[in-house]
Amino acid sequence: MRRRAAIVGIGESRVGRVPGRSSLQLQADAASAALADAGLRLADVDALMTTPLRVERWNMPAGVVAHHFGIRPAYLSTVDLAGASGVAMISQAVQAVEAGLCDVVLCVVGQNLLSHRSRADAVKSMAEGGSAHPQFEVPYGPLVPSLYALIAQRHMHEFGTTEEQLAEVAVAMRFHASLNPNAHKTDPITVDDVLTSRPVSTPLRVLDCAIVSDGAAAVVVTTHDRAKDLKCDPVYLLGQGLGLRHSHVGEHKDLTTTGAVDSGAAAFRSAGLTPSDIDVAQIYDCFTITVIVELEDLGFCKKGEGGSFVENGRIRLGGALPVTTHGGLLSGGHPGLPGGFFHVTEGVRQLRRTAGARQVPNAEVALVHGNGGVASVHATLILGRNSH
Amino acid sequence: MTRPLPQPDPATSPYWNAARQHRLLLPKCTHCTRVHFYPKAICPYCSADTFDWSEASGRGTIYSFTIVKRAPSPAFEAQLPYVVAIVALDEGPCLMSNIISCDPDAVHVGDPVKVGFLDITDEDTLPVFELLKTSK
Repeated sequence: MRRRAAIVGIGESRVGRVPGRSSLQLQADAASAALADAGLRLADVDALMTTPLRVERWNMPAGVVAHHFGIRPAYLSTVDLAGASGVAMISQAVQAVEAGLCDVVLCVVGQNLLSHRSRADAVKSMAEGGSAHPQFEVPYGPLVPSLYALIAQRHMHEFGTTEEQLAEVAVAMRFHASLNPNAHKTDPITVDDVLTSRPVSTPLRVLDCAIVSDGAAAVVVTTHDRAKDLKCDPVYLLGQGLGLRHSHVGEHKDLTTTGAVDSGAAAFRSAGLTPSDIDVAQIYDCFTITVIVELEDLGFCKKGEGGSFVENGRIRLGGALPVTTHGGLLSGGHPGLPGGFFHVTEGVRQLRRTAGARQVPNAEVALVHGNGGVASVHATLILGRNSH
Repeated sequence: MTRPLPQPDPATSPYWNAARQHRLLLPKCTHCTRVHFYPKAICPYCSADTFDWSEASGRGTIYSFTIVKRAPSPAFEAQLPYVVAIVALDEGPCLMSNIISCDPDAVHVGDPVKVGFLDITDEDTLPVFELLKTSK
């Protein structure tokens, strides 16, 4: 009989400004929490997956982390699809278990992006860190927000999307973060607060942009058979997809449609589900515009209607489609590559019905979406309480 | 303090050498004859792998733009605010550039632009763009 994988543990370090913890210490915090959650020990782990860091250079990151934790691995992998790494890593962990390469995969990612040097240093290193093409873009001085601002401006031009609609996304994320005890930014904000916040790169203001945080997250994947003996509610991967239509934004000719069209279609097709089956959507939110474009591309609304879709609290808890209920990268926390991993841990919490004040009633199916580069590479998971 | 400058490689040095002579070149596939940008090792249209360089008209329109209000590094602070745009060249490909010599608030999506050349150092020239029409 085919081996079937399940997500059996999730964990997070403290997220926000966490001085005095190295990247590996933060990862250890998250890994310990995830293993305790699963009812497993480090000695049970025979596979490790991680991402590179941006604050330190490690040769073979998965090997560095595995050795640091004392793991003797049967399988190792370092995943780098930028912001889509967390989501893609879960797909790959499931594939490794189902192929019989290993039995217990520890996926762990995290870094002290905020405390390592300074926020200004993080902004500079991100601007020159590969999102912008080093020869054809960096010399013209774009911030990372500028690259997404180009998408926002074009979306506003083509579809009449407004700055107020962008702001609605930031307000919803902050509201969700205010209900998340581990979120970084929790003071409630209004649309006016967003519109009067400091301009960064028009039309985006500082509250349209992801924050910079310290933090780590971990997920444990094992076999369905083993999951039956563990104390937690397993969560299953029902569908997955990947998409890429460009790498650098300056050479792209259709900025308002992304590879999320392809990753979403593949994920829904493999799950045998449609957008109307999704109870909670954990959508990557590096900028407010990202959420609007992804909602369209994933099929939750038509192209061009993302702006009106996010109005009137539709994506807030209690709305028709609760989106990114932990507060996301805009407010929950964004330590760089690990940021998209919190979308996964929250999706699992929602399906286990352990999200506390953020719980979406009777959540059965969650979509988790990651975006890497400048809306470049997209990875989509559909997770369920039942294995179908 | 100078801004970060392009470090040409074997695939891109003809572009940057031409820019120094105030010419805008695009790679042109010797098989399907289409131009593309940014320079690729494989033609995005026909997968061939040999290219000539073809001089572009330098005319295009603004596909999208943003007014940068915070500098990514101290090197750009003196220029604030400045316009970063994606220009759709008349030949088809897009590229990123600055729109210079204008009030940033006068820039709109769809505006026609023409190339200019900004000599940063004796060795480094950046293609930039100016609005074709004069603003109100």
